Amino acid sequence: MPKATFKARYENLGRICEFVSSTAKRAGLDDSAAYAVELATNEACTNIIEHGYGGESDNRIECSIEADDGGVTVVLLDWSRPFDPSGVPVANFAVPLEELNPRGAGLRLIRGSMDEVQFEPIPGTGNRLTMRKSR
Amino acid sequence: MVETIRMEKVDVVKAAGRIDSHSSPELKDAFDLLLNDGRNMLVFDMSEVEFLSSSGVWVLLETQKRARRRSKGDLVLANPSENIKKTLDLAGLMHFMKIFDGVDTAVAGF
Repeated sequence: MPKATFKARYENLGRICEFVSSTAKRAGLDDSAAYAVELATNEACTNIIEHGYGGESDNRIECSIEADDGGVTVVLLDWSRPFDPSGVPVANFAVPLEELNPRGAGLRLIRGSMDEVQFEPIPGTGNRLTMRKSR
Repeated sequence: MVETIRMEKVDVVKAAGRIDSHSSPELKDAFDLLLNDGRNMLVFDMSEVEFLSSSGVWVLLETQKRARRRSKGDLVLANPSENIKKTLDLAGLMHFMKIFDGVDTAVAGF
C-alpha cells in the first residue's frame, strides 16, 4: 500500500494531493473520481492542520492509499486530539449570502465527494480517517 | 500565481494552479486590494485554475459579499473547469455564483 508522511503544513497540501491523485489515476479512476479523492484528502488534511493541530506545525500526517477492483481507499492518520465529527455543525447554505459562514464546509465537501467516510479516534494516539471512492 | 488586469470599468483577476489554504491568501489579497480601492465589478478568470478547495471557495464568497454591497457590484466566474463547478455544487454554492464561458462574456455581463 503506497504510504507517505508529511509535516502538517499548508505548503504540503499540493504534495499530499498529488500523492493520492496520481495513485487514484494509476488505479484507473477517471478524472472526476480522482479529483474527488484529491478534494476530500485536501479538506481532511486542512482540518487536521487547522483544528487538530491548532495550526501549522512539524506534527505528522500519514497518508496511505490502496487500490482494489472496486476503487480506492485513503487512510489518514494524525496524532492530534480526538475528533468527533458530530460536534461540527452541518453547513447550512440555505441562507442569504451575507449570513453564510465557512464552518463545516470542509466536512461537507469530504462527505459529498467520497462514497464512504469513517472517522475513528485512536485512544491515546490520535485519529484515523478512512475514505473510500468507488469507480 | 495571481495576476490582476485593470480595465475601465471591470477588473479581471486571473490565477493558476491550485487554490488551497496555502495559496488562497494571495488570491484574497488581490481581491481586497481592488475592493479597498473602490473597485467592485470583478471577474475571476479560472481558465488555469486546476484545483479549488473550501478555503478558495470562501475567498470567492467573501469577495462576492463585499462587491455586492455596492451598486452594480459583483464577482463573477469565467471558465471554471467541470471539477471546480462540481466543488461549488457540492458546497451548495452554485446558485450564488454567476458563471460565464469566457472572460469577454463575463466582462460584458456587467
